[in-house]
Amino acid sequence: MTDERNHWRPTATLDALRARAAVLAVIRRFFDERGVLEVETPALSAATVTDLHLHSVACRLDVVGRSARYLQTSPEFAMKRLLAGGSGPIYQICKAFRDGEQGRRHNPEFTMLEWYRPGWDHHRLMDEVDELLQTVLGVAAGERVSYADAFLRHTGVDPHAADDGELRARVAALGVSGVAELDRDDLLNLLLSHSVEHRLGVGCPTFLFDYPASQAALARVRPGDPPVAERFEVFIDGIELANGFHELADPEEQRRRFEADLGERRRRGLPEVAVDGRLLAALAAGLPDCAGVALGVDRLVMLKIGTRDIADVIAFPIDRA
Amino acid sequence: MPSYNMNQVKVGLRILIDGDPCIIVDADFVKPGKGQAFTRIKYRNLKTDRVNEKTMRSSDMVDGADVVEKPMQYLYNDGSHWYFMDQESYEQLAADGHVVVDAAQWIKEEDICLVTLFDGNPLVVQPPNFVELEIVETDPGVRGDTSSGGTKPATLETGAVVRVPLFVQQGERVKVDTRTGAYVSRA
Repeated sequence: MTDERNHWRPTATLDALRARAAVLAVIRRFFDERGVLEVETPALSAATVTDLHLHSVACRLDVVGRSARYLQTSPEFAMKRLLAGGSGPIYQICKAFRDGEQGRRHNPEFTMLEWYRPGWDHHRLMDEVDELLQTVLGVAAGERVSYADAFLRHTGVDPHAADDGELRARVAALGVSGVAELDRDDLLNLLLSHSVEHRLGVGCPTFLFDYPASQAALARVRPGDPPVAERFEVFIDGIELANGFHELADPEEQRRRFEADLGERRRRGLPEVAVDGRLLAALAAGLPDCAGVALGVDRLVMLKIGTRDIADVIAFPIDRA
Repeated sequence: MPSYNMNQVKVGLRILIDGDPCIIVDADFVKPGKGQAFTRIKYRNLKTDRVNEKTMRSSDMVDGADVVEKPMQYLYNDGSHWYFMDQESYEQLAADGHVVVDAAQWIKEEDICLVTLFDGNPLVVQPPNFVELEIVETDPGVRGDTSSGGTKPATLETGAVVRVPLFVQQGERVKVDTRTGAYVSRA
């Protein structure tokens, strides 16, 4: 509870802001040396994600007849349109906006590094994320653990085989309210955040890969028993730092996932959002086989200077913006 | 009392959990992977002092607890109850002995205490941070031994026992920090 009169002051020290600038410079050099092109795409877009758990900020603009535009929750759709347009490997450092996300590791406006590698799968991209982390943070080479193995190791639960009742009992024991109304993915997510995450990335980064197919988001699903999403996340000191996909390129599958989200949005009374028809058109025209990843730059700077509070690395968090 | 949504949940907020008044001591926003958001709180039960954890969905609400802190003047006790007077309304309130258990050894009639009220009933009584009390019993110290740092136990007029320097004598008044129970100075 700081005095409102002091709210003109930055929450980050000048040293932290210098560390942020240095991290950005290292990232740009890293990609420049590898021939990855820096791009910029619109922060304001006519469409946004359908993801049930992402809350876009909408605004109305006079120049487009007062119709809605959305602040991007990530530059993913626009960057995929560039890839379909033949850009080759690209990266972007930009602001992303997500309403409702505020805490020690979240600010509703944050800085994201996102990049795409045509011709790569998620394992090859994990190699590059690992090299970037070694370059920026000076950490040891990362370890790779499948989602299922991490669950088994830290909770004794097989996330693919355990029945909902067992997961529900586990989650209730963690002091979670209203477990009866949580779906399977909620239960898995809570077990991950309460019992697994803080044990990941200790000593070296942990790359968690091959997620349940129900948590594919925009990743390909690899058939098998069980089928798994070719998705990965990266953790250091228990902090989730990045999320990557072997990207879904099939426009029909992408449309089905959008429609399923929209149906679920209506069922839950969440705001209707416009499906990104330009992304679907780009996929239909042909998105190259590629892998992509989004990495939280603020969290990277947090790790660089050794703080657990995002306000220490942002000049003006939302309540001082 | 108002209810609060998860955006309003902050450290220091007083809320009701299972009917008990609690204060939030830690609140963290968690959003695992691509999943829904949760708020993870740690709260101290103001009755039992125990700290527990709870995880709530962003759509959940919590009820506020009618908990206020007021400076009140301690009047007297009748063995079973301790009586305090509101400094603004001059209303009197009776507190059970167990509510005063920690404060009792420090307070004298007319002292101003900080009383935490839950639904209008005293929940906790905090003595003033510093009190000045007379020593009613202590061993005679050796005169001149002022700097050795040696201490001895001394019983104060309210019953508290504190460690005082050897040069402080029975019948003298001393200033004590009630938060630590430490002797501060001669009063």
